[in-house]
Amino acid sequence: METTNTTIRSHCVGTTAVVYASDYLNKLTGERIERECRRQLDSGCRALVIDFSDTELVNSIGVSILLGIIDVAERNGAEVVFSDVNNQTRALFDMLGLTRLVAVANDENEALTNLSVKQPPPVIN
Amino acid sequence: MDQSNQQLIHTFGALADLGQEVANTGDFNDMVQTSMHLLLGTLALRRGAVVECGAADSLDCVAVWGLEKSALEALRICEEEKASLVDTNLRSLLLKNGSENGFVSRYRETLVASGIELIIPMVVRSQLTGFVLLGEKATGADFTAEDFETIRAMTRHIGVGIHTHRLLEQVAQRAEENRRLYEELRGIYRDTVRAFAAAIDIKDKYTQGHSERVGKYSEIIAREMGWSEDEVEGIQIAGYLHDVGKLVVDRDIINAPYHINAKQSSELSRHPSAGYEILAPIRHPYADIPLMAKYHHERLDGRGYPDGLVDEQIPLGAKIVSLADSFDAMTTDRPYRRRRSFEDVVQDLRQNSGKQFDCTVVRAFARAMLKEVTGETKERRIVKMLGKGYLDGEKVPTLLTDLIADMERAKRPVDQEEQQTAGA
Repeated sequence: METTNTTIRSHCVGTTAVVYASDYLNKLTGERIERECRRQLDSGCRALVIDFSDTELVNSIGVSILLGIIDVAERNGAEVVFSDVNNQTRALFDMLGLTRLVAVANDENEALTNLSVKQPPPVIN
Repeated sequence: MDQSNQQLIHTFGALADLGQEVANTGDFNDMVQTSMHLLLGTLALRRGAVVECGAADSLDCVAVWGLEKSALEALRICEEEKASLVDTNLRSLLLKNGSENGFVSRYRETLVASGIELIIPMVVRSQLTGFVLLGEKATGADFTAEDFETIRAMTRHIGVGIHTHRLLEQVAQRAEENRRLYEELRGIYRDTVRAFAAAIDIKDKYTQGHSERVGKYSEIIAREMGWSEDEVEGIQIAGYLHDVGKLVVDRDIINAPYHINAKQSSELSRHPSAGYEILAPIRHPYADIPLMAKYHHERLDGRGYPDGLVDEQIPLGAKIVSLADSFDAMTTDRPYRRRRSFEDVVQDLRQNSGKQFDCTVVRAFARAMLKEVTGETKERRIVKMLGKGYLDGEKVPTLLTDLIADMERAKRPVDQEEQQTAGA
């Protein structure tokens, strides 16, 4: 089921949460995404896909908040994948080294497929 | 676009945002946290904190990202260490290189264990405001000379932002202290004036409490007329002091238990001018108090004293005090007569409006009384001053309603009479 955190859309596929970044990733929207990611991790998600299909621009605060999300995910043993990042933002992420910390998929489906290959099947008792 | 240009554009954007942020006078912690995010995001640093020099040797963590705040809680710095860091002039101190500064060497291990690589002292006007602590770059690469310049510029901005915020807080605090002191002074002034009013009334054994009541009636009328709180306070003071000139009038004349003769009357008529002379040299916190005392016996028809002014020449405040004064005189017992019935008083106000009293002022006073009588206002100050039963009559609301209607109709009866006379 898809939920929204004010203006942040998200949904879960198994233990993976897909969170959609807004058109301009700045302080306001960055904080909302961070809250949503934390909420998903707290509720047991083991992977996060942050989808940038709507995102045109990411500013410095947005970068800092994304690094914070990566940090929190790492501490929770969760993986982060960015998907559908436009060329300009991709170049920024490359330059700043974010793409050394997370995988980047062409779209949400590719991100989910890659994650499902990596993630072990759930344990059945 | 090559990477150096892209980095430059990204940094410029962050600097522009930072300039706007540090000028933000809103929430202090939010300003520092956002500023720190801007710095971290510019170079993609994974963790950072801003600590501010607090009281004595304490350092307060005002923003943190990517590390535990508790790791910074034990930080302390002495005055000598602060002084030695002022000389660094915002130069970044790389923890891996070590430092001769006692503060840096003391906490080096703890900070490195928390993921901090750089300490940048924030120096504003040759004073250490605090530190920016920064962790590693997301690329894992070493800091470049350009990075250090960016960090230095942004740290300077953050330092100035913190310094300015604290200055504004101090200014606001002092302004608040001044406001409280001013309020206290006004309170002392009001109490002194009330004590003085009581002293004036003691001289006249038949009119005890008169000045206090005139002050209160004046205040009620002014408020009903929509005056500002400051003006209302001012006219209340004027009411308290309107008879201060009686201090120079012979006590026997004031206390004469019968109608006074012409000579005594002339002596008594000196009191408004004498009051003005007493009050004029005092620097009152409200305007025109001496004039309200001087002209409270003037009449609209020019038959008042001391100057025989007419309508527009009389300050509105003096007209208010005049009505309050006459109303209290009519509604209190005197040595030679009992107080008049309310019906009689209303009739007097009606007859003398436009001659002695200003219609607008009478109307406002009648409205204030009606509000109390009908329960529209909870506070029944006029009712209390007039004593139990005086305004309880069934006719009272009608008397007041009719008086208000008459005052609304009666616009300058003196002029109308004059016109009628001229026409005849």
